[in-house]
Amino acid sequence: APLPPPPSSGRPRACVRFKCGLSGPVLDVLRCRPGWQQARDEEEWDFFWCDVSWLRENFDHTYMEDHVRICHFRNHYELSRKNYLVKNLKRFRRQLEREAGKLEAAKCDFFPKTFEMPSEYRLFVEEFRKKPGVTWIMKPVGRSQGKGIFLFRKLKDIVDWKKSDNRVPYSGSFPMDTLSGIWLPEKLSVFSPSFPYTTLKGVTAYEQKDETQIETYVAQQYIENPYLIGGRKFDLRVYILVTSYIPLKAWLYRDGFARFSNTRFTLNSIDDHYVHLTNVAVQKTAPDYDPEKGCKWMIQQLRQHLTAKHGAGAVAVLFADMDNIFIKSLQSVQKVIISDKHCFELYGYDILIDRDLKPWLLEINASPSLAASSQEDYELKCHLLKDTLHIVDMEGRLSGKEKRVGGFDLIWNDGPVSRGGNLGDPVTGNFVANTHLGCFNDRKKQLRELFGSLPA
Amino acid sequence: AMLDQDSGLSLTIARIVQRLKGSSLHSQLERQARVSLHKPEIKLESLKEDIKDFLKTSGWEKKLQNAVYSELNVFPSPCHPAAPPEHMKEPLAYMRKAQGSWEKRILKSLNSMCTELSIPLAQKRPASEQKELLNKWNEMGTDEPDLSLFRPVYAPKDFLEVLMNLRNPNYENGEQPSFRNHLGLIQVPLKVKDIPELKEDFSELGLNIGQLGIDDSAQVPPEFFENEHVRIGQKVLAEQDSAAAQQYVRQGCPTALRADLWALILNISNQPEDILYYEQLKSNVIQHDLLVDSLIYKDVKLTASNDDYYFVFEDYLYQVLLCFSRDTSVLEHFTYSSATPPKSYIRGKLGIEEYAVFYPPNGVIPFHGFSMYVAPLCFLYHEPSKLYQIFREMYVRFFFRLHSISSHPSGIVSLCLLFETLLQTHLPQLFYHLREIGAQPLRISFKWMVRAFSGYLATDQLLLLWDRILGYNSLEILAVLAAAVFAFRAVNLMEVTSLAAAEAVLADLSTLKVMPLLQIFLFATVT
Repeated sequence: APLPPPPSSGRPRACVRFKCGLSGPVLDVLRCRPGWQQARDEEEWDFFWCDVSWLRENFDHTYMEDHVRICHFRNHYELSRKNYLVKNLKRFRRQLEREAGKLEAAKCDFFPKTFEMPSEYRLFVEEFRKKPGVTWIMKPVGRSQGKGIFLFRKLKDIVDWKKSDNRVPYSGSFPMDTLSGIWLPEKLSVFSPSFPYTTLKGVTAYEQKDETQIETYVAQQYIENPYLIGGRKFDLRVYILVTSYIPLKAWLYRDGFARFSNTRFTLNSIDDHYVHLTNVAVQKTAPDYDPEKGCKWMIQQLRQHLTAKHGAGAVAVLFADMDNIFIKSLQSVQKVIISDKHCFELYGYDILIDRDLKPWLLEINASPSLAASSQEDYELKCHLLKDTLHIVDMEGRLSGKEKRVGGFDLIWNDGPVSRGGNLGDPVTGNFVANTHLGCFNDRKKQLRELFGSLPA
Repeated sequence: AMLDQDSGLSLTIARIVQRLKGSSLHSQLERQARVSLHKPEIKLESLKEDIKDFLKTSGWEKKLQNAVYSELNVFPSPCHPAAPPEHMKEPLAYMRKAQGSWEKRILKSLNSMCTELSIPLAQKRPASEQKELLNKWNEMGTDEPDLSLFRPVYAPKDFLEVLMNLRNPNYENGEQPSFRNHLGLIQVPLKVKDIPELKEDFSELGLNIGQLGIDDSAQVPPEFFENEHVRIGQKVLAEQDSAAAQQYVRQGCPTALRADLWALILNISNQPEDILYYEQLKSNVIQHDLLVDSLIYKDVKLTASNDDYYFVFEDYLYQVLLCFSRDTSVLEHFTYSSATPPKSYIRGKLGIEEYAVFYPPNGVIPFHGFSMYVAPLCFLYHEPSKLYQIFREMYVRFFFRLHSISSHPSGIVSLCLLFETLLQTHLPQLFYHLREIGAQPLRISFKWMVRAFSGYLATDQLLLLWDRILGYNSLEILAVLAAAVFAFRAVNLMEVTSLAAAEAVLADLSTLKVMPLLQIFLFATVT
């Protein structure tokens, strides 16, 4: 049978054959989409919602026709692995400072001070000594759901950690500077199995091969004054869809949620894993977790609460600062990500707000959890995925000039996007960003207007 | 003989003067007046006038105005000078009697729980427990006391049964259904408003008047109404005028201004002595353990903690409600409430008045769902003593009427009758159909009204509704909204064939938009 014509020819696709590596809302949405059929085992496909392990093993030797779409970029880990993210952000910041000065570079200061371990341990110790009493958090770069994370205040704690069984062990030895209790690395060679990091640039290639064996960590300054509601810490999960890096085209979803820690925040209980981590996955194992309770608020709720407390002006500044985080983080990897027209990616950003209403970027997930913890959550994720597919537009319905599709607003189109008017119109008067995070999401109505009678 | 206007006015003035005389505002005004004597603009020959002018320009006159306005709002107009004090509580004898019996039942229930569990009504905490509680004050929600043996003293549906059995002995009420009987559950002949009267009372909700909750939606450009409304709100706050604020919030409060506007209407300023008073209540909580504390814990755990949005505020709820139980200033509201606080006697001194105490100290026994009165306020107020005062004032102005038997137009009995009458008059087919299938509408809407819709509506919608309660100083809007909800879902309700199915249609109100529903029901329905 002949392949369906690609969307660029202007004719609508007859049938989209999809593959899906996950179950749950993603599969449900794909199955229900009109004109989409699940590809049989050996059949060719036009669309694949794959998981990252498939990508790693197969992408490089898979031929894809022009019209085919896949839900990840080849080297998405430049954003999603914490050590790469910090590397890219630091490099971008330096570049900005050179090109546009200190003030512009300061806009990149939304990432807490982070050091790769053990390769940057000396830099870390320098910083550590400058700020005595500050709490640091140690996170494994590749793991998710809160595994392997702990907090510390004394270097002695890391020494203890190194000795314990919880870590994936380094097979080399760690000579200690017994006077100050810090590690000293041995002289490293590029091919040492124990220390994947050297001061050379050969890091990327090496780490890919040995991801499962070597555990790399980052030590990050812990944000000690998080914004609390009801005495509880929370973080935000926000969804960003990128359809292209060169040029950069990014969409921001209006809905998202705030995830609350189940227990009250206090710095006294550093050992209490459950207090400090707000990932729902970790919270689920906390002793007093009640799944019926749900510990999430929709972002709309949070935005209203903050407005009631601080006024609309302060909240507008906070959300504008968050927009800045999204844009700058994507710009920092623009030239690093392997640009491929087949790829798009839906990111889950984790943001923490501190008591001065400053947002901090905690991490970026290239495979945000699409499992549903409640009916409301299921609906949110289904709508999110449906709108993602509308934007990927296998059906060729969009003109490319849309500033909004369902719950997504276009926030960057090779430049900032302004609210109101058509895409590409010159901006008259004050520029207002086309972002509506935490605002009213009347996606059904908007989709009806956009697509006419076609099903939403 | 009817009280003529002049005597009524002078009685009111006398009462307000008497109430304000002992207040801290009075001593502050005196102090201000004395201080002003040093000022050059105060001259001996025109002392009185000059001081008055000074108080006006320095904003103290406005504070006095607000206090007077507050008194007018809270206390009913005096009745005939010869009327006994019970009449201020409740003029109808049969209502007073019914309230008395209901109170006896509640007390009996509480006492038997006490005896069954062998827990005293109150006891002093040992020093170690006091210390522990003080440390845990900001996170009492982490406590997991064994509450399995406690049950709520009563639930709204128990109260509904009592209201259904209310009868006016002077009214011929044969058991046979006749034109004299009401078709609903409430069988007492109280006067309730009809839609034309409600339209007049709630005129600011009219179709051609801007509203928050309608005219601030995404499709409407803010220049149309919202911007100007916010500007006026800021002005009202700058002027610190209670009466103006009350008029203003009838069209809804902008989110950023709501906390301050409500505080202005309720005349809450969170002075140092208020904070001190709250701290005193807190130390009472630390020192003594009350049986009702367990009831409060249980209620919070059962209701607010399980709510998708209010669970976050669990700790605040304890901090407010435990103090509330010990606040004897709440006893004042019993002068105009039909309820009477339960009395208890020190052990061994039963019947001896010198040894009588009110139990709990504030005279209010919490019931299932009580904590939901506090939860929405946590969205607006974070400082515990301010949150506390706002809640207390809301309670003594409004919420107490939702669980006591009285003939007051904002009392729950009137609200039920208003709801049933509105539905019967304007949706007779629906009313009759539901009645026929054994799904009396009040059985479903009662719990909404008793809780002032807290926990049933989305929070932003609830706050818009409570804006209007404050604005109109009346709870009648709860009955109107309840009827409007039924009208909105009438089509689906006409198709159900059982009470359970009707409950299911009305189970989820979280998507409702309150203001359009009210507007349509009042102003856009053919009457």
